[in-house]
Amino acid sequence: MTTLTAHVTRAWPIPALSGRQALGALLLGLLLAFAWGVPWLYDADPARQQLTRILQSPALAEPLGTDHLGRSLLARLAAAIRLSFGMALLSVITAALPGILLGVIAGWRGGWLDRVLSGIADACLALPGLLLVLLLAAIAPGNFWALYVGIALVLWIEYFRVVRARTRALAASPQLEASRLLGFGLGYLFRRHLWPELAPQVLTLAAFGAASAILAMAALGFVSVGLRPPTAELGLMMIELLPYYHEAPWAMAQPILVLFVLVLSLNLLAGKDPR
Amino acid sequence: MSRALSPSATRRWTSGLGGVLAPRLFQAGLVAWMVGTLTFVLTRALPGDMAYRIAAGRYGDDMVNTHAAEAVRAELALDQPALNAYFGWLWDLMNFDLGRSLVSGEPVMRELGHQLGHSLGLALAAVLLSLLIGPPLGLAAGLRPKGALDRISEVVASVLRALPPFAVGLVLVLVFSVTLGWLPAAGHGRTAHTILPALTLALALAAVSSRVARNAMADVAQAPYYAFSRTKGLGERLSFLRHGLRNAAVPVVAYLGVQLVYLIEGVVVVETLFAWPGIGHALVHAIVARDVPMIQGTALVMGLLFVVLNTLVDLVCHLLDPRRRTA
Repeated sequence: MTTLTAHVTRAWPIPALSGRQALGALLLGLLLAFAWGVPWLYDADPARQQLTRILQSPALAEPLGTDHLGRSLLARLAAAIRLSFGMALLSVITAALPGILLGVIAGWRGGWLDRVLSGIADACLALPGLLLVLLLAAIAPGNFWALYVGIALVLWIEYFRVVRARTRALAASPQLEASRLLGFGLGYLFRRHLWPELAPQVLTLAAFGAASAILAMAALGFVSVGLRPPTAELGLMMIELLPYYHEAPWAMAQPILVLFVLVLSLNLLAGKDPR
Repeated sequence: MSRALSPSATRRWTSGLGGVLAPRLFQAGLVAWMVGTLTFVLTRALPGDMAYRIAAGRYGDDMVNTHAAEAVRAELALDQPALNAYFGWLWDLMNFDLGRSLVSGEPVMRELGHQLGHSLGLALAAVLLSLLIGPPLGLAAGLRPKGALDRISEVVASVLRALPPFAVGLVLVLVFSVTLGWLPAAGHGRTAHTILPALTLALALAAVSSRVARNAMADVAQAPYYAFSRTKGLGERLSFLRHGLRNAAVPVVAYLGVQLVYLIEGVVVVETLFAWPGIGHALVHAIVARDVPMIQGTALVMGLLFVVLNTLVDLVCHLLDPRRRTA
């Protein structure tokens, strides 16, 4: 009892990054700096066509070359990363908030509420995720919001399950019982006892979730049921540039490489697979 | 992207085979209801007059007239109140009446029968191939953690996991078909056509299963019973066969259930890439062509396939691990 002040847990614990997590953070940082830096430093419109200058090799004027309609690949790649990452971030946040909230409620309250919420989560898992997203994409073809709702609907379940299981275990723990007996409110208990335990797992899930959101969007673009041209989107760019592989293999390689580095960096950042 | 219903979620009814099957049966019903409801919403929620749009998809934009639109309206019950039409829709689904494809005019059931065979063939080839690559590699790596094989396979697995199946497939096509010219890029019919799509799916599956097998084997190799089998004089080979293999197999098989999600999702994309005449290809085409009965049929079959494969995994786990049966 003498070391009462020794362990002050921060409400937002930032875990020390391991080697591979640092590498992931570095790669992600570089990509995002590229994506948001390009429109600043380089005047280019991802949709501007220059039909006299199609499929040009990388040169000083066009650092990454041009595509089959003479659009700047530099500008298109930057726009595609902004779109993919923005969508991933948005869907992760909207999946994590209800996921965590409902998980805490279900784990804390138990009883019928827990059973109902778990039943809903199981129902969302009955179909493979991409199938659900595909069906929603079919309802509103080429619509960003349909993709986003589908992806968020698939992602929230993971947060719900992990948080619910941890909360259940924690709710029965002696330290929480002591705090409760002292009369602290639910908000305090969450900040002081639950969140520090949940945060590392939630952050890992968020990184994996962002990676799968990006992959899902690219996969739908690739089979041409996702976003529509002329949007600069990684999967769409791949399928657009595929017919020109012989003339411009470097152009084809760029979206693949970017998608690979983006997903790899998020996977590295997530660290150990929680499964 | 998502996870399969994990075994722990269904642990409530654990005793006996019925405990394995009952939740899966429930899941199958849920799949049918969700697919039915979503496709019903699909027919209702589209902007414009759905009857005209579908007629345009069927007969071409120039051939649409009121007569064609009214025929479509009657066929899809678009003129009835929503709730009535919804129950009618579900009733047809319960009677396995999936209607006719709006594009080809064939009954959906017959088209699905063709495609399911092709998809199952591809999925089976992919799973077998991945089992040949992944677990043996993982077991070898797990016997010597931190060895050269372990490190190399870890790097390869991380690279493969960061590449979506369509990118892996694309790279394989570009290398083996376009550059080397060894294998056909797309199509169907000969064995050579199966190799690239199956390999695409198998590589991604093996990337995960090799790591799972590696971790399972490393755990087993450190377990007291494994040390004891060595102490009592069994050779390395015998302890591996008698004590290692089956214990390490349980997580690998259980993880196959999680990977099935990946397999089903991969089938959609890989079949489209390789023009493989299966369910996933048909689903994507149906979505592009607004062929509502085909969307419903293909999504339903894929969802049910997912449930059936999961059930098989549950059963294999049940047989492999006697601890589950008594728990």
